[in-house]
Amino acid sequence: MLNFVILVSVILIGAILVTIFRAHTLVQVVRGNKDGESLGKSNKVNAALFLVFLIGGIVLFFGYSYTQFDRYTVPVASEHGEVTFKLFWITTAVTTAAFILTHIVLFWFAYRYQHKAGNTAKFYPHNDKLELIWTVVPAIVLALLIFDGFRAWVKITDQAPDNAEVIEIMGYQYAWASRYPGADGKLGPYDYKLIDFENQMGVDFTNQFSKDDFIPREIHIPKGKPVLFKIRARDVIHSVYVPHFRLQMNAVPGMPTQFWFVPTKSTADMAEETGNPDFTYELVCNKICGKGHFAMRATIVVDEPAEYEKWKASQKSWLSKNPEYLSSLQPASPVVTEAAKEEIEEAQASL
Amino acid sequence: MAVTEVQLDEHVEHAAHDDHEHHGNFVTNYIFSQDHKVIGKQFLIAGIFWAIIGGGLSIIFRLQLGFPDMNLEWLRPLLGGWITESGKIDTEFYLALVTMHGTIMVFFVLTAGLSGTFSNFLIPLQIGARDMASGFMNMLSFWFFMLSSVIMFISLFISTGPAAGGWTIYPPLSALPQAISGSGLGMTLWLVSMVFFIASQLLGGINYISTIINLRTKGMSFTKMPLTIWAFFLTAILGLLSFPVLVAAALLLVFDRSFGTSFYLSDIFIGGEALPNSGGSPILFQHLFWFLGHPEVYIIIMPALGITSEIISTNSRKPIFGYRAMIGSLMGIGILSFVVWAHHMFVTGMSPFLGSIFMILTLIIAVPSAIKSFNYITTLWQGNIRFTSAMLFSIGLVSLFISGGVTGIFLGNSALDIFLHDTYFVVAHFHLVMGSSAFFGMVAGIYHWYPKMFGRMMDEKLGYIHFWLTFIGVYLVFFPLHYIGIAGFPRRYYSFTNFDAFSDFADLNMFVSVAAICTFGAQFIFLFNFFYSMYRGKKASLNPWDSNTLEWTTPREPGHGNWPGEIPTVYRWPYDYSKPGSESDFIPQTVPYTNTPESNLPHEAEEAKNEKV
Repeated sequence: MLNFVILVSVILIGAILVTIFRAHTLVQVVRGNKDGESLGKSNKVNAALFLVFLIGGIVLFFGYSYTQFDRYTVPVASEHGEVTFKLFWITTAVTTAAFILTHIVLFWFAYRYQHKAGNTAKFYPHNDKLELIWTVVPAIVLALLIFDGFRAWVKITDQAPDNAEVIEIMGYQYAWASRYPGADGKLGPYDYKLIDFENQMGVDFTNQFSKDDFIPREIHIPKGKPVLFKIRARDVIHSVYVPHFRLQMNAVPGMPTQFWFVPTKSTADMAEETGNPDFTYELVCNKICGKGHFAMRATIVVDEPAEYEKWKASQKSWLSKNPEYLSSLQPASPVVTEAAKEEIEEAQASL
Repeated sequence: MAVTEVQLDEHVEHAAHDDHEHHGNFVTNYIFSQDHKVIGKQFLIAGIFWAIIGGGLSIIFRLQLGFPDMNLEWLRPLLGGWITESGKIDTEFYLALVTMHGTIMVFFVLTAGLSGTFSNFLIPLQIGARDMASGFMNMLSFWFFMLSSVIMFISLFISTGPAAGGWTIYPPLSALPQAISGSGLGMTLWLVSMVFFIASQLLGGINYISTIINLRTKGMSFTKMPLTIWAFFLTAILGLLSFPVLVAAALLLVFDRSFGTSFYLSDIFIGGEALPNSGGSPILFQHLFWFLGHPEVYIIIMPALGITSEIISTNSRKPIFGYRAMIGSLMGIGILSFVVWAHHMFVTGMSPFLGSIFMILTLIIAVPSAIKSFNYITTLWQGNIRFTSAMLFSIGLVSLFISGGVTGIFLGNSALDIFLHDTYFVVAHFHLVMGSSAFFGMVAGIYHWYPKMFGRMMDEKLGYIHFWLTFIGVYLVFFPLHYIGIAGFPRRYYSFTNFDAFSDFADLNMFVSVAAICTFGAQFIFLFNFFYSMYRGKKASLNPWDSNTLEWTTPREPGHGNWPGEIPTVYRWPYDYSKPGSESDFIPQTVPYTNTPESNLPHEAEEAKNEKV
């Protein structure tokens, strides 16, 4: 019943609007409005509206941008992030200037040069000097912006320092897993064919370097020290995105990627800065990956260096938490080489 | 007297033979028509149909984003099982909605609906040709597009859902049905549809290029062509060179999906099993896709820019400022558009060295775009501006092109793109510069050439209301998205309440959704105006805008062959508006210099001597 009423109302309102329109058209015809007359009044209104739009737009733009600044600005929590943050605001200043100036001129001209009876437009087909100026000036300004960005980019994408904390992050539908290299400082190898219900990351735990690797519940990183994320995915493309660190890198199946940075604020520091005691750094997925894309969240905790070392020391290796794993490993083919058997026995023995 | 009448009749019959009167039947005249004007209108109607669907899809997912707690049970008659038991949109279907919205808007509305309509309709008319070089290929171009449309439309209704991997359809997501259900039959239909779509574009593009090169009327040199034709010409070249690469990307994807190859797939564990594919790279797809994808956005905007040049100059009663610079910048944009594609790939893990190269090249392409904007503004300066609906939308295009364009400078800078990639900042950028600016160009073109297409005028007052509601509306919808993007909010997210960082933006999202619904509603004013005026609009005069270009020298409703007699000869460029010394404030292209000694510039007086009128 309600649907019927809604439908009839919509039709009736439509009919009313159409009738108003037709009556208006009829009145225009009866009045014998020549093109010149209607051009005058509507033309003036449209011209004036451009000015109203200009002023209203500028007020809204600056008003919102200033008053809501803290709401949309993500505090920076990494060293390179400070650099790109500054670059972002310089770019904003330059582009906003261009944006405002061109709009003022555009809408002012539209208003100022509206049709006036008796006026003639100026026949002004070209001015090569003007063209040259407004080609060269933007080119220089853009070149400066890009050169700045280029320098930052080269530094950000350079090799990580040797003393960086290496952490592997793997994305999968729909969560993140992370692995630490443990005391030997090396991550063991992995192979996607080894993935199963227990071994979600496909780590080759028979390898000596994997013995001390641990897979924690949440990611911890030390403040003030370089951190290198080794990033991969096992099913579709995901993306590691941590807005506060100004960090983003796709996680690609079949092509490991990486991103290094230096966190500058601990979780406690940020809780204080934002006035939010429950603050957590969030790692979000930023490449469409399926139905859970919007819910792929991981927590990153930034500890003071001492806390971080303590946390690391207290983590148990994956193998020690899954003691039956190695013995349960079935060889891939019926023929088990002697070398493989020996390796397995050795690994088990050293647990 | 009878003798005179007979002579008159004979003369008319003689003229009729000149334009090769073929009397076909309804099917050959209106369905499988080879007349470029009919085909242009066919593309227009199809484009309008798809715009309603594409816009409607966006309203549905904006409901989810703006009103996340709303019970959408009332949508069940339309969406069936895609509304869950708790009255929410299924999360996979949400991704299908955004995917199809993007695909439909980019390809079916802004490429076919814009280029297809105006290139077809205007090229022969503005260069003085009877029709396109090949009417048959032109007819095929529309019908391949129709086939493509039918297939894409059907894909919306299948049980596993339409393609859902984003309009960019990156594998492995788009290659594996087990990753998302839309990558099953829906993705297959998407690929088939796009192959036909690209065939349609190539057939059209070849026609446009051949016609412009070969069929210009006497006197119509390249530098006397209207800027619309320059734009359509360069757009067609871009399309011819770049669309085939998307076919290649799609073909390899078809192979990976159905024939066990590993072009894009490697090291995948999904659905409980390790897939055998090895050695492929998902990045390969991205390179191939964006090699088309980037020129594609210029294929979309260039016709709109050409249309705007024409409309702004006609309604300012001034020549377009910097005609040659406008041509040069179109060429510059065209060439550069081929070497910037990987700015979409800064954070894919590709070599950072490539990132540097593409960032520098991307910077360069901003310059010709800026030149065009400045030239439009200077055309307004000292004009005598008449605000027709078309003029309003053209000025709106310039504003949106600037607004959307400047945020491209952020995104082209790879250091900044690390933070902004795949956030709503990108969404704001392309919706302003493409979704709104190019769309405004399309609408401006419809308002401006409606009298030529249908012999009647659209209602001006409704046009003004449509413009102001839409102009304000698109800014209210898309500008706030910049702020959400700066806050780090990712694209293609079903909801934002899972993260502390984003859950604060409920009010802004609701505002955007309300604005979107209102703006979408305002388009129905245009639709009413469009269809109503076809039958009840005021009959148009021959040249309602007092314009210089050739299309206005045909009869009010041009028949097959466009000009009943001989095709007019062209003597001058199309921008002699308000020429000093001239009595009239416009001098059409067909007026010889010999006839206008009072307004000829010195070099034109020389040309007058060589004219054989």
